[in-house]
Amino acid sequence: MDTTDGGTPVSDGALPSPRFPIEDALRSAGLWALVTLGLCFPIVAFETLQDFSNRLTIEARPLLVLFAVAAVFAGRLGWLAVRYHGLPQLLPATRFELTPERKKQLPRIGLAALLIFPFFALLLTGQGGAVKWIDNFGVQILIYVMLAWGLNIVVGLAGLLDLGYVAFYAVGAYAYALIATYVIPATVPGLGPWAFWICLPIAGILAAFWGILLGFPVLRLRGDYLAIVTLAFGEIIRLVLINWVEVTNGNAGIRTPYITFFGLPFSSRTGETTFGDVFALPGSPAVHRSMFLYYTILALALLVAVATQRLRRLPIGRAWEAMREDEIACRSLGINTVNTKLTAFAIGAMFGGLAGAFFGARQGFVNPRSFEFMESATILAIVVLGGMGSLVGVAIAAVAVIGGIELLRELSFLKQIFGPEFDPGQYRMLIFGLAMVLMMIWRPRGLVGARQPTIALDGNAKAISASHVKEGHG
Amino acid sequence: MNQPSQPLLSLQGISASYGSITALHNVSLDVPAGQIVTLIGANGAGKSTLMMTIFGMPRAHAGRIMFDGQDISALPTHQIARLGLAQSPEGRRIFGRMTVEENLRMGAEFAGHREFERDLQHMTTIFPRLKERLHQRGGTLSGGEQQMLAIARALMSRPKLLLLDEPSLGLAPLIVKQIFRVIADLNAREGLTVFLVEQNAFHALRLAHRAYVMVNGVITMSGSGQELLSSPEVRAAYLEGGRHHDAAAAQLEISQQGETP
Repeated sequence: MDTTDGGTPVSDGALPSPRFPIEDALRSAGLWALVTLGLCFPIVAFETLQDFSNRLTIEARPLLVLFAVAAVFAGRLGWLAVRYHGLPQLLPATRFELTPERKKQLPRIGLAALLIFPFFALLLTGQGGAVKWIDNFGVQILIYVMLAWGLNIVVGLAGLLDLGYVAFYAVGAYAYALIATYVIPATVPGLGPWAFWICLPIAGILAAFWGILLGFPVLRLRGDYLAIVTLAFGEIIRLVLINWVEVTNGNAGIRTPYITFFGLPFSSRTGETTFGDVFALPGSPAVHRSMFLYYTILALALLVAVATQRLRRLPIGRAWEAMREDEIACRSLGINTVNTKLTAFAIGAMFGGLAGAFFGARQGFVNPRSFEFMESATILAIVVLGGMGSLVGVAIAAVAVIGGIELLRELSFLKQIFGPEFDPGQYRMLIFGLAMVLMMIWRPRGLVGARQPTIALDGNAKAISASHVKEGHG
Repeated sequence: MNQPSQPLLSLQGISASYGSITALHNVSLDVPAGQIVTLIGANGAGKSTLMMTIFGMPRAHAGRIMFDGQDISALPTHQIARLGLAQSPEGRRIFGRMTVEENLRMGAEFAGHREFERDLQHMTTIFPRLKERLHQRGGTLSGGEQQMLAIARALMSRPKLLLLDEPSLGLAPLIVKQIFRVIADLNAREGLTVFLVEQNAFHALRLAHRAYVMVNGVITMSGSGQELLSSPEVRAAYLEGGRHHDAAAAQLEISQQGETP
């Protein structure tokens, strides 16, 4: 094992002193504990409760404060010890470097894992548990992978900060909902079972159209100003969906037909032939459907990935990246930045729209609650955490963020420790924020903060590590 | 020296402003094909504004800009670039996160030249340094290498006219000499027309067939490079007297010690 890489002691001075400076460490930890005490005092130390006559009473919680202070004290002490001595040899691989060889294999391994995941889940959890793992985890994560990859084109490649990406997701979902529920039954009812497959391209085109519509007014904007306008755009779409009750049914939402296996339903109340009947498959229709949903969204997400990789090698993709670096230089090199921006918005929006149509067909129901700003923020957070521009990094971040949120729901055993009112799901924002802060400290460019060159004459394209370029230049 | 009937680039009474502040007043100048024309002037004289005005950023609100017999004053920037004007802008503006090779490709792609490999070879013969750095990020290059990259990127579009905005800015005297030699070579061997904006008056004037002096957005003098170099006013303002105020002139003094004109 390479000892120089793994567990070398880190010291601030030139020579490591022979002994761990326990007094300094204790002093520092004490200071941290004191700060914690100060912070805890008003917020944690007292709780307001309503008594029987609806009056507020204050209850002190000294034990909780003590626990917090002790935790910070111990944590700081432990952290200092680890920094001084290095991590114990139990954890040798503390520095995971993404070498080019490893990086090349990562997508293949990931893809193989994704392909076998539903069967793996079925094997481990059986018919009853599989739907939860395939649908709640697999499909949910892949929707966000697809959304984040779509947003990555706009933010990561073209450098246009879009805080309202969820608007295109909403456009796609409502395009599916409206066409599948109203338009198709009213015009060509025979196409009903094919609704999803007909609406998918339409949703993509509509979303791309809305992307261009958003693009026009914001052509001159960059950075903060662009972010604010896109944020407003996202809210406008949502508010229109809420208030245009005649068309969208407002907050009550629209019930949509479920996805079919190319016209063949997965379950039927009226006794039609179902997917399970035709292929004589064992198991419940719910499992069939969730597996089909899984592979559909996997295919859609991979479509985005392949498109991104292809586009990056085309002049338009390079123009996006160049525009992110320097817009004025781009224009004076003959690049039409108007078209370049609009294509970035349109293509990013199109993938958002495709994901939206899928979402509609998966849920069987759409309403404006699914398209709040929080969604845009989550998708953007995934892109940033993953390292802007890196497909693999973004996918890993989506698994961590969305999988993490879903896993928190599973931690109901914690109720036995913290009491019945404890809901781990409530803490997701806290954990999310903490993860963000830690990332900004240790990996400010995201999980995979390197950019693969799009061209190489002699075939040995080397990844350019982010650490080689100064901060603020990328 | 051949004097074509019509200059390649001709500015006729150009005025431009940033908001209410007028940056250029009634500027007229000609860049004949096959020549090196230089515009010198102090910091803030409006040299870079003139350069950007040719590209329509900002637009001239009076006057006409003619390039190759066509009025380009109202064209969008990218179309101006596609006509055969290329620039190495002030501050170089290379694409920092993209490799040297990708930067060069950006120069060729949109101006419509597809013989990338051949042009790339040509650039690496002109600037051998870039060959070593081909797969490196633009942002990791030294200042001199970045300047070379900016010029090479502009040349990749095989322009009829190369605009250079202060290629000597912030570079070591040796690198400055090297870059000016390349410019002179390109002009002499390939007949490239060059419009050079410089604060480093000494180097620029020695190179130029024709030169203009700009003060506060107005052209105050013009003549051949040699004429201006020997003109007492120019010597006082930009070559001798100016050195107390001007960092570029101080640098000039160093390079003057090495070689007597």
